[in-house]
Amino acid sequence: MRASLVTHALDAGALIREVADERRGATALFVGTVRSVNEGHEVKAIEYTAYEPMAEREMSTVLSEAEERNAGVVLVAEHRLGVLQVGEASIAIAAAHEHRGHALDALRYAIDEIKSRAPIWKREMYADGSEAWVDPSGTAAP
Amino acid sequence: MLITVRFFASYADKLGLRQTEIELASGASVRDLVSSVAALPGASALPRNPLVAVNHAYAAPETRLSPGDEVALIPPVAGG
Repeated sequence: MRASLVTHALDAGALIREVADERRGATALFVGTVRSVNEGHEVKAIEYTAYEPMAEREMSTVLSEAEERNAGVVLVAEHRLGVLQVGEASIAIAAAHEHRGHALDALRYAIDEIKSRAPIWKREMYADGSEAWVDPSGTAAP
Repeated sequence: MLITVRFFASYADKLGLRQTEIELASGASVRDLVSSVAALPGASALPRNPLVAVNHAYAAPETRLSPGDEVALIPPVAGG
């Protein structure tokens, strides 16, 4: 299990290779990317910031919980910080298990919990030059 | 006791501050600290009961603080 914040482009293939093993027949991958439109606004880029030590700790805790719920699963998660352009990956998580059920369950748990708990924030930069912090309720606050 | 408080994202913007130190009575709780933060300039724009972390873990309002603790007010998270 490994959870990291990084400032370089994410490499989903490297994460898959990190968890893959000939004993594990199922590998599941989630990649989250910057959307071009949010709440009707045309997005140019998003700046991600974090309370870094706590975010890594919280991500690690989530992966541990996912492993407890799915004995034998192996997980790795990376979240990118900094300014990301539309289409670039902000988060990638790979899960591998002997069977697909646990790989998929662990992956779903990991992304849902990381999104709701890790202290990471995004500031959207719009095509019209304005910017806003994204609120989890889906409405951007200036 | 002196407690270091960190602010992030929209909260840091609203306060114009990323970090400050607040003097609290011995035995003070997270709730007491939030009350002190509410007196800072610009704090009226913050929610009354923000999420708080103590030493990098979410903490309940009744959590007792110790000298040297690092406290952070956590705006609504939006990772992923």
